[in-house]
Amino acid sequence: MSTALSAPRLAPLPKARAGDGSGFALTGLTGFAALLIVLMVAVIMGNIAWFGWRSVTWEFLAATPKEGMTAGGIFPAIFGTVALVVLMVVALVPFGVGAAIYLHEYAPPQSWFTRAVRFSVNNLAGVPSIVFGLFGLGFFIMFVGRGLDRVTGADMLWGQPSLLWAALTLALLNLPTVIVTAEEALRTVPREMREASMALGATKWQTIWHVLLPQAMPGILTGAILSVSRGAGEVAPIMFTGAAYFLPYLPSSPFDQFMELGYHIFVLSTQSPNVDQTKPILYGTVLVLLLLTFLLNLTAILLRARMRAKLAGRD
Amino acid sequence: MSTPLSRIGSIEHAGYGASARRRWQRAAEAVITVALRGCAFLAVAGLLLIVVFVFKEALPILTSAETQKEASLAGFAATPLWQPVGDVPKYGMLPLFVGTLKVVLVAMLFAVPFAVLAAVFASEFAPARVREALKPAIEILAGIPSVVLGFFALMVMASWLQAVTGSVVRLNALNAGIALGLGVIPTVFTVCEDALRAVPKSFREASLALGATPWQTAWHVTLPAAGAGVSAGILLGLARAVGETMIVLMASGNAAIVSGSVFDSVRTMSASIAAELAEVVFGSPHYSTLFFLGAILFAITFVINVLAGLFVERLRQRLAGA
Amino acid sequence: MTAVQTPESRPAPPPPAAALPAAASPDRATAPAAKPQPATRLSTRDFQLYYGAVHALKGITIAMPERSVTAIIGPSGCGKSTLLRSFNRMNDLIPGVRTEGEIRVADMDVSAAGTDVVELRRRVGMVFQRPNPFPKSIFDNVAFGLRMLGLADRGELESRVELSLHRAALWDEVKDRLERSALQLSGGQQQRLCIARCLAVEPEVILMDEPASALDPTATARIEELVLALKTTYTIVVVTHNMQQAARISDRTAFMLSGNLIEYDDTARVFTSPREKLTEDYITGRFG
Repeated sequence: MSTALSAPRLAPLPKARAGDGSGFALTGLTGFAALLIVLMVAVIMGNIAWFGWRSVTWEFLAATPKEGMTAGGIFPAIFGTVALVVLMVVALVPFGVGAAIYLHEYAPPQSWFTRAVRFSVNNLAGVPSIVFGLFGLGFFIMFVGRGLDRVTGADMLWGQPSLLWAALTLALLNLPTVIVTAEEALRTVPREMREASMALGATKWQTIWHVLLPQAMPGILTGAILSVSRGAGEVAPIMFTGAAYFLPYLPSSPFDQFMELGYHIFVLSTQSPNVDQTKPILYGTVLVLLLLTFLLNLTAILLRARMRAKLAGRD
Repeated sequence: MSTPLSRIGSIEHAGYGASARRRWQRAAEAVITVALRGCAFLAVAGLLLIVVFVFKEALPILTSAETQKEASLAGFAATPLWQPVGDVPKYGMLPLFVGTLKVVLVAMLFAVPFAVLAAVFASEFAPARVREALKPAIEILAGIPSVVLGFFALMVMASWLQAVTGSVVRLNALNAGIALGLGVIPTVFTVCEDALRAVPKSFREASLALGATPWQTAWHVTLPAAGAGVSAGILLGLARAVGETMIVLMASGNAAIVSGSVFDSVRTMSASIAAELAEVVFGSPHYSTLFFLGAILFAITFVINVLAGLFVERLRQRLAGA
Repeated sequence: MTAVQTPESRPAPPPPAAALPAAASPDRATAPAAKPQPATRLSTRDFQLYYGAVHALKGITIAMPERSVTAIIGPSGCGKSTLLRSFNRMNDLIPGVRTEGEIRVADMDVSAAGTDVVELRRRVGMVFQRPNPFPKSIFDNVAFGLRMLGLADRGELESRVELSLHRAALWDEVKDRLERSALQLSGGQQQRLCIARCLAVEPEVILMDEPASALDPTATARIEELVLALKTTYTIVVVTHNMQQAARISDRTAFMLSGNLIEYDDTARVFTSPREKLTEDYITGRFG
C-alpha cells in the first residue's frame, strides 16, 4: 500500500518562464498576417479607384459604347445588370422566403423531407458557378426552352439565351443565401409574439403573415440584397445563358439577350484588340461594378445592424 | 363614423363567428401549407435537376459509341494533350487535372496560412478596435466579384509578379493561384474565426490559470479545440478554389500544359468549360466532354462539401461535450 | 356544498346545490339566497399531460363556475401554468406534448381531436406573464384579433377598440395616441393593453398566467382592480405565486403540487382553514 510518504520523489518542476520571447514573435506573426490581408485589399481597391475614377462620369454611366468599346459609356451594361437582377429577385425571393417559412414553421424536424431540404440547401451553396452555367444551358435553354418552343410552335423564342433563363439560373444559385438568411430572420422573432397571436385566435398563417413576417422583414431584406450583390457579380452562370458583348438595342423583353457589367469586364479584358485604348473604359466599368456591389453590401449590413438594434431596444 | 359604444353588438351576432368563415379559412390554410412545402421542395428539385441534367449531357461519353469514337474515358486518361479544336480532336484530361491541381495548390498554400493566422489574431489577440477594422476588410474582400479579381490579376498583378520573379510567361499558375487565394481567404477566415470563437472561454481561462502564455493557449488549446471547424473552413475554401472559373479563366494563360513549374501557363477544368462552351456544337462529343468535366467538378466539390459538413458536425458535438 | 375535488374522489358533475358559495370577504356583495347555482364554465376530468416522458399533470379534475375568479397557486414547477395553458390548447405549440382525459370549456370538448382550436382560442383568451404587445400601434394591437376574424370596416373597428380599451381601464391614458407604438407604454399599461386586445374578440373565459408578476406594485394593484371588475362578465382563471394576491382577487382557489391538484375550495376556506396538511404547509410558508 503506497502512501504519500512512500510516493517516489520527483525532481522539482522548472520555474515558469516569465517573458516567452518566441510567444511574442508568433503572436506578432498572426497580426502581421492580418495586416498583410488588409494591405492587399487596400492595394487592389486603390489601384482600381486610382485608374478608374477619372472614367466614371455621368456621361460614362449614361452613354452607350462607341468606337469598338474604346469610347462612350456603359449604360447598356448597367441597364442589363439591373434588369437581370430585378428578374432574379422576383423569381427568387418569394420562393426562398416561402421555403424558409416552411422550414421554420411547418417542417417536422426529423422527417426525411426536412432533412432532404436542408441537405439540398447546404450543397446547392457549394456547386461551382460554372456548373450552374452548364445547368442553365443544358436544362433551361436546351430542355425547357426547346421543349416550350416545340409545344407552342414558336420559332426559337424560348430555346435560346435570354434574360429569363439567365435570371432563373442566378435565382437558383442564390436560393440557399435567401433561404438561410430568411430562416435566421424568422428565428429572431420572439416566441411570445407567436403565442400572443395564436392565443387571440389567429390561425397559423395569419400569425406568420401579420406578425412573424413583418418582424423578420429586415433580415429577409438583408438576404435579398446580398443575393442581388452576388447576382450582379457572377459571370460564369450568365455567359451561356444570355449575356452578350455588344448589342445595338437595350433588352425590351425577358426573351432578349442583354449586356452586363461583369461579362463586359471579362470580354474587354480578354478579347479586346487594343488593351491600352480600352483601359480607361475597363477600369471605369470595374469601378462601377465594385461601387454597385459595395453599395448593396453596405445596405445589407446597415439593415442587419438596424434589425439588431430594434430587437435590443425592445428588450 | 364609429358606432356609439352602447350599440355595439357581439361579434357572433355581427356574423364574425365560426362555421362558414372558418371552413373557408381552413381550406385556404391547407392550400398555403402545400404551396410552402412546394417552395421548400424547389431546393431539393434544383439540386436534383442539376445532377440529372449535367450528368445526362455527359452520358454519351459512357454510352454512345458514336461519341466514344472521338471522346472516351480511355481517351481522357491516355491522351496527353487537350486539343479539342483541330483536325483530330484530342481530349486528354491530364493537362486539365494538372492545371487545376497546380492552381489550387498555390491558392491554398497562399490563402490558408494568411486566413488561419489572421483568424487566430482576430479571435484571440486583437483588441476590439483592431478587430472592428479587420472584419470590414475581410467583408470587402469577400464582396469583390471574382471577375474583378481576375481582372486585377490579369492587368496588374501579372506584371508585378513577372518583374519580381523574372518569369518568362506573364499569365501563369502563380498569378492565377495567388488571385484565387485572395478569393478564398474570406471563406477560410470566416469559418475559422467562427470556430475559434465558439470555443468556450473556460478552456482558455483554464490554460492561462495554469501559467501558460496567451500564445501557448491559442496554439495548444484553442486552435486544437476548434480543429474540426478550422478543417471545415479549409475544406470549404478548397471547394471554392476547385470550382472557381473567372479568376483562372482570365489570369492563368489557358494553355493546356503539363509541367511542374508554377511559372508556366495552365488550363483548368473550369476555365476549359467556360472558354469552349460558347463555340461548341450542341450534342457533339466536345459538348458531352465539357459536360463531363462539369460533372467531375460537381462531384469533387460535392464530396468536399459533404466532408466539411461532417467536420462542422463533429465540432459542434465536441464543444457540446460529446 | 361546493364542489370540492380531491385527487382520490372520482369526479361527479357539480351537485345541484342550492346556494352560491357564501361571500366571506367584505369587498364582495353578499349574494341573495335565491340566486341559482352558476353554470360550470371550465372543467376537467382526470386530465393528464405528459411532456415526453415527464408526467406533468397527474389526473386533474376540477370545475370552475362562470363569472368568477379562480386562482391556481402552488410552488414553481407544480404544473399550474401547464394546466392553464391546457384550457386553450396552447400546449399544442410545444412538441412532444401528450394529453389524456377530458377538458371542457362551456360546451366545447377542448381535448377532442376534432375541436376547432382557432375558434377555441377566440373564446378563451390569455394574458401572459410578460406583457407581449405586438410591435405595432396601440390601435393595431387591440384591433388585431378583430382583423383576423375578418372585420375590416374602419368605423366598426374603432368602436370596438374603444370599447375594449374602456373595459381594460386604459382608454383615458391612450385615447390621444392610438397610432403610437404600443412599445412606448409602461409595463403596466402594456399589460392592460394585452388585456384589451384579448377582450376585443369577446372571449368567455380569460386565462391569466401570473399577469402582474413582471409589474411594479402600483401597476399590480390596477391589474387586480381590473380583474375584479371583469369578473362580472367573464370567467377568469389566474395563476399566481403570490398568495396574498390570490386571497385578494379570487372566489375559489386551487392548490397544486407536483402535478397534482391537492385542494380546491372557496378562497376564504383555503386560506383560513385548509383541509389538507400540504395546503396548510404551503400557505404558512413551510415550503415553496
